[in-house]
Amino acid sequence: MTVKTIERQDIVDFLYTEAKILDEWKLNDWAALFTDDGTYIVPPIGEPEAIPTKSLFYIHDNRSRLQERAERLLKKEAHVEYPHSTTTRNYHNILVGDLNSDVITVECNFTTHRTKREVVDTFIGKIKYEIVRDNDRLAIQRKKVVLNLDSLRPHGKISLIL
Amino acid sequence: MERIIQDNVEKSEFLVNRRVFTDKEILARERAEIFNKCWLFIGHVTEIPEAGDYKRKKVGGRNLLFVHSQDGEIRALFNTCPHRGALVCREDSGNSRVFRCFYHAWSFKNDGELVGMPGKDGFPEGFNDEGTKNMKAVNRLENYRGFMFVNFDENAISLEEYLGNAKEYIDLVVDQSEYGMEALGGVQQYSVRANWKLLAENSVDLYHGMPTHKTYFDIKQAQDPNLKRVRLEGKGINLGNGHSVIEYVAPWGRPVAQWTPIWDEEFKNDMEKMKEKLAERFGEERANRIANYNRNIVIFPNLVINDIMAVTARTFYPSSPGYMEVQGYSLAPKGESDKHRLARNNNFLEFLGPGGFATPDDNEALELCQEAYNNNGEMQWNDISKGMVRGEGNALATDELQMRSFWRHYNSIIAASLNKEVAHQ
Repeated sequence: MTVKTIERQDIVDFLYTEAKILDEWKLNDWAALFTDDGTYIVPPIGEPEAIPTKSLFYIHDNRSRLQERAERLLKKEAHVEYPHSTTTRNYHNILVGDLNSDVITVECNFTTHRTKREVVDTFIGKIKYEIVRDNDRLAIQRKKVVLNLDSLRPHGKISLIL
Repeated sequence: MERIIQDNVEKSEFLVNRRVFTDKEILARERAEIFNKCWLFIGHVTEIPEAGDYKRKKVGGRNLLFVHSQDGEIRALFNTCPHRGALVCREDSGNSRVFRCFYHAWSFKNDGELVGMPGKDGFPEGFNDEGTKNMKAVNRLENYRGFMFVNFDENAISLEEYLGNAKEYIDLVVDQSEYGMEALGGVQQYSVRANWKLLAENSVDLYHGMPTHKTYFDIKQAQDPNLKRVRLEGKGINLGNGHSVIEYVAPWGRPVAQWTPIWDEEFKNDMEKMKEKLAERFGEERANRIANYNRNIVIFPNLVINDIMAVTARTFYPSSPGYMEVQGYSLAPKGESDKHRLARNNNFLEFLGPGGFATPDDNEALELCQEAYNNNGEMQWNDISKGMVRGEGNALATDELQMRSFWRHYNSIIAASLNKEVAHQ
């Protein structure tokens, strides 16, 4: 069996694909990018290294919770996102860690614009990924979104997947 | 202006004038008569446990410094320099014996006393003999079982008298822990593009539970194969002074202590022990009430304490008629094990907060109300009548007595205010 060598470009394309899937609201496909033990977390603002037993996170999803999140948002009764808001995700300053490591760490800045009812909200911050080879594909083991904001004002909510 | 409410008991109809959500004149009255005179939640005593600990807080439109002074007293200092007015403390939280205004370097002890300024020879002796150059403290700061409140009206009745019948329900929340409750880090700071009173209503509104939060209950039903039907049943109670509560059963797990199948058998045993302990402390009936019943409490005007799938306190202030700033806290028993704490927090986040599966839909409902109030010219009244036909002593948790209690009290304040001049802030 030959294993294709992973290049930096493969990682970058993988991230861009994730962003595209989210912008197109293919949320089940998004959940499928995660490993069986994948996690998606958003720590409290200003406490990127907070401990989940000491501080209240915004989002602290294990694999089943992130699946529920994706499925919920596709329902008409997920009122906050019905009709779906329009989003544009941009990933910048992508720094890819050691490609030969079992767990490839990637950091990037992100800007996610959301518009709904003629109001645009912009989420900015940093995403830290832990990416692994999962059979023949790349998969996300951990996605941590650190918001570089002072508060969720005027956004009011993180109803999107960041 | 026309009436604020129409309270027609005979017809079992209760209406609220939608202008209260959009009118700047009303907001000015609310600032003068409600936010300047009612007891307002500033924070939980456990947020500043050590001498020197402080947190900046925005309360009733003021910039305050909630501080545990070196002498052991908890104070709420106006975060403004007595010299020229600059914000003295710029960090959101920390620990310090001294606060120093950077503008002209006046320094204050953490009880507010002026202890230094450059160029002293330019000031007369006894310059601060009357203490007018100290950072000023809010005169009225009172504590009920860890919940700290301020009142900007020096002549206000005591906090305990103000809370009145609501104390019983705060007790039921706090009594779940032998060692008291503590506030967790990561207070959620968010907003809603809607009038602040809509969130007070929404927080004790069980009627909206199923239609607004169907996706959450779908998940609950998927997690619990024995859950055939979602029961949300209980009572709505007027607590007086504008406070109200709903007390009810619901299908979600409660960390203290109602087990649910998402938790393991070890949890089940732990929770049985918790209940036994509660029964020893309070007897079976009260233990059952603490462990198995949910409580959503509104303390007039703007503190919500919800003891549901976790315990949250939230407070919210208007910056304009159509926009509010919200602070959301998580409270938990001191000494809770990490495993239980994590389960509690995950239970919280499944429903509550800006990233939960329910709170964002509430936010949306409130924003849609606010947006459609641009029809107020032709559509003037909200209907809050549900349950009046049963008589106000028999209200169900899914009725609207709680909101009527808020509005009746609100009306008594604002209607009187409309007959007099107030200064606009």
